[in-house]
Amino acid sequence: MQKNWWKVVTVLLLVYIIVAGFLNDVPRLAILNESIRNTYFHVPMWFGMILLLLISVVYAIKYLKTPTLRNDIISTEAARIGLLFGVLGIITGMGWARVTWGEFWSNDPKQNASAIGLLMYFAYFVLRGSFAEQQQRARISAVYNIFAYAALIPLLFILPRLTDSLHPGNGGNPGFGTYDMDSKMRMVFYPAVIAWTLLGVWILNVKSRFEILKQKMYEHAHA
Amino acid sequence: MRQTTKVLLREVLYLMQKDFVLEWRQKYAFNGMLLYVGSTVFICYLSFGLRGGTLGVPVWNALFWIILLFTSVNAIAKSFMQENKGRLLYLYTLVSPQGVILAKIAYNTCLMLILALLCYLFYAVVIGNPVQDDAMFLATILLGAVGFSTSLTMISGIAAKASNSSTLMAILSFPVIIPMLLMLMKMSKNAIDGLDRAASTDELTTLLAINAIVVTVSYILFPYLWRN
Repeated sequence: MQKNWWKVVTVLLLVYIIVAGFLNDVPRLAILNESIRNTYFHVPMWFGMILLLLISVVYAIKYLKTPTLRNDIISTEAARIGLLFGVLGIITGMGWARVTWGEFWSNDPKQNASAIGLLMYFAYFVLRGSFAEQQQRARISAVYNIFAYAALIPLLFILPRLTDSLHPGNGGNPGFGTYDMDSKMRMVFYPAVIAWTLLGVWILNVKSRFEILKQKMYEHAHA
Repeated sequence: MRQTTKVLLREVLYLMQKDFVLEWRQKYAFNGMLLYVGSTVFICYLSFGLRGGTLGVPVWNALFWIILLFTSVNAIAKSFMQENKGRLLYLYTLVSPQGVILAKIAYNTCLMLILALLCYLFYAVVIGNPVQDDAMFLATILLGAVGFSTSLTMISGIAAKASNSSTLMAILSFPVIIPMLLMLMKMSKNAIDGLDRAASTDELTTLLAINAIVVTVSYILFPYLWRN
């Protein structure tokens, strides 16, 4: 129980976010209106994705240093769950964009950048699928993982700054960070970031333990 | 430290020389690339039904870079696939992996530069040439050749290890290369319109930064890829 307190915290926070996120008062802003509640669900997805992909890269580097099955499995599963968060982020973002910007896809630099980022990690899984031998698959996909992450970082953070984005906080649009998000919204937003990220780590934890056990079982079955 | 740098430099020069000699002896590969560029440009000309320079500037620009992108993916894809296993093993005993990747990047840059210039020449003759700031446009082509070859060389090393390498080459490289391509297109659009050169400094520095990152990461990661 002592080790699992953070899982309890995650569940409690998520319940709080879903209740407070839908029922609390939010500032009345033009265009955004009630859709501002998407901040509690859409934005934390990107935080979760970035963190999980970071974990994936860290374990890819660890794999290249000490090639163990555990490092490879954690790296892969983190990429998989990061990709899931990314897809959820893009879906929640597209639904929101339809309401506020008028189109599902508005050629916004951040939208494009995240789509490219997702393509990159889909390619990672295709690459993994094309090796039969486990060690070669692990090593070469770790190399691509690091390479892709190094290319993704300038993409996500530098490119949107060069052209105007429709996103709140860019190109003269009102941002949530400075003056629009009142203290009541922050009371939900910060816990939301923490809770969704923790949920991602939790899924990663369960999934990679499961995969490691599965591998061990296969080994015993053959031996 | 200085000693190792000197050895590395000698290795790079030697390996580049090897690649040039190989290319010269098997001219069919290079001629194939030239024909590829030529026919692609001609197909574009025919499919747009052009009679000399009636293409709008944005379309001209996009088409040019897309042709160049596919040419470079095809040209660079073979840089590790053409090496047979025996020769790789032989190289493995002689030189450092860093030497191999740097030599391949430098060699591919030269190759891409030649191909890109010839592509531009042919494209301009067949489809027309709206470029106003020639020096800036050539600088953009130079940057494009360097950028494409740096990122594609590493990707071709990764793809060559897998079974379905030609498909992998395309899907692995496109996401990595898109940011570069967008910057290049913006820069070349500025050059075509003859805008003030200060307008392109942002793109220029970003491109140089991306190139620096990609070369550094390739330099660090290639030894892991090569060890087999």
